[in-house]
Amino acid sequence: MQDRPAVDELLAAIEHFLDAEIVPNVPGSRGFHARVAANAVRIVRRELDLQDEHLVAEWERLDRILGPAERPANLKTLAAELRSRNEALCARIRDGHEDDLALIAEHVRETVRDKLRTTNPELLSRSAPLDRQPGVA
Amino acid sequence: MSSDRLTPEEVGERLAAFLQRHHRARSVHIDDLSLLTGGASRQTWSFDAVIQHADGKTETLPLVARADPRKGPNVMSREAEYRVLDAAVAAGVMAPRVHAMGDDSLEVPFFLMERVEGETIARRILRDDDYAAARERMPAQLGTILAAIHAVPTDDLPLQRPEQGLSPAETEVSRFEQTYRMITPDPHPAFELALRWLKRRLPPPAESTLVHGDYRMGNFIVGPEGIRSVLDWELAHVGDPMEDLGWLCVRSWRFGNDDLPTAGVGTREALFQAYESARGCAIDPEAVRWWEAFGNLRWGIITIMQARAYLDGMSRSVELATIGRRTAETEWELLNLMEDTTYA
Repeated sequence: MQDRPAVDELLAAIEHFLDAEIVPNVPGSRGFHARVAANAVRIVRRELDLQDEHLVAEWERLDRILGPAERPANLKTLAAELRSRNEALCARIRDGHEDDLALIAEHVRETVRDKLRTTNPELLSRSAPLDRQPGVA
Repeated sequence: MSSDRLTPEEVGERLAAFLQRHHRARSVHIDDLSLLTGGASRQTWSFDAVIQHADGKTETLPLVARADPRKGPNVMSREAEYRVLDAAVAAGVMAPRVHAMGDDSLEVPFFLMERVEGETIARRILRDDDYAAARERMPAQLGTILAAIHAVPTDDLPLQRPEQGLSPAETEVSRFEQTYRMITPDPHPAFELALRWLKRRLPPPAESTLVHGDYRMGNFIVGPEGIRSVLDWELAHVGDPMEDLGWLCVRSWRFGNDDLPTAGVGTREALFQAYESARGCAIDPEAVRWWEAFGNLRWGIITIMQARAYLDGMSRSVELATIGRRTAETEWELLNLMEDTTYA
């Protein structure tokens, strides 16, 4: 077992260093790339926090479309098998019947929403069309 | 050898020697040479050429050199880009004037064009007080400039054209689908839904015109008074003019100004009105909507291409690496655009 700081705490240190010390002091494209790098660290931190939950949810939604399958306990195996299941889903969309597509589209929407919770949660809070936002008729 | 390997000093010396031959000048020296973009698809150098002519007179030319980043096939040849720019300016389009077609001085193809001063960074154009008046004028300007681009004669230009027997829309969908299937490291169910949706709703075959191909915020040089010039013509082709209108409205080019679909500065109505009155024809908003959806798919596939440049070891850029995680943004936008209709 590793000592503190834990993974997320180390990443927070890198993020802070980039944001507070490099970005404000380095002009031009290098400063821009430091900003991009800090954002990449934020993506990694959110992914480490959310990926277990998101991969399991994706697997269970796919069960309802492709039929149930035993979910691998190991995270790496789960990711690899999800990839094959997504290839099957893609083939189904290409060749599938119209009736299937509403259910599939709802699943894809949930999966993309989860990807954005990791990569760009801010976009989710502002990009819902007006008629999907609560309180807007 | 590629021009990646030439040092800035070497690039300056070689440009000076080239210009001296080109102008039959007594001497040329290069001031303020700087690399504007070192992108995967081209390199852009900015500099001032101080030319002492044979008659003894001296002039200073603000110039830009656009060079291929490496030898071998590129998106569009620099010579084709030079000719498109030349034709566009001749037809009255606000674009940089070409200065000279290059030779092998930089070891890769290049040409020189005038440098237009102004701002290209979207964040500044959309937020800074200096550009408040420009933002007022831009929606109409974007329409009239685009109308002028679509009137440029294309018969003599070496451009990609729609495939025989296919409409421009069918050509573009099939071109990008092929690219997507060839390069994607991961399956993308959202893109499969989008391809299916787009193929079932192809816009009616339209006239073919010059299409800029990358007409968006980021490729406009803007001053406090408005747009001064349109850049980056390397994706120009012959196709459906509505493609440029749809691309201009893609959400990514609004840079956070979500309620202003035209490049983050205006409504679609203001853009359409200016375009229609300059071109004297009516826009079919459904066709533009189709091209906007297609534009999101295209941008999504481009994010995969850029991430591939990192994954394949062609570049170590942190920017190219992280752009792979922006693909989901285009998927989300596509799902929203498709939502209110059946996937028939």
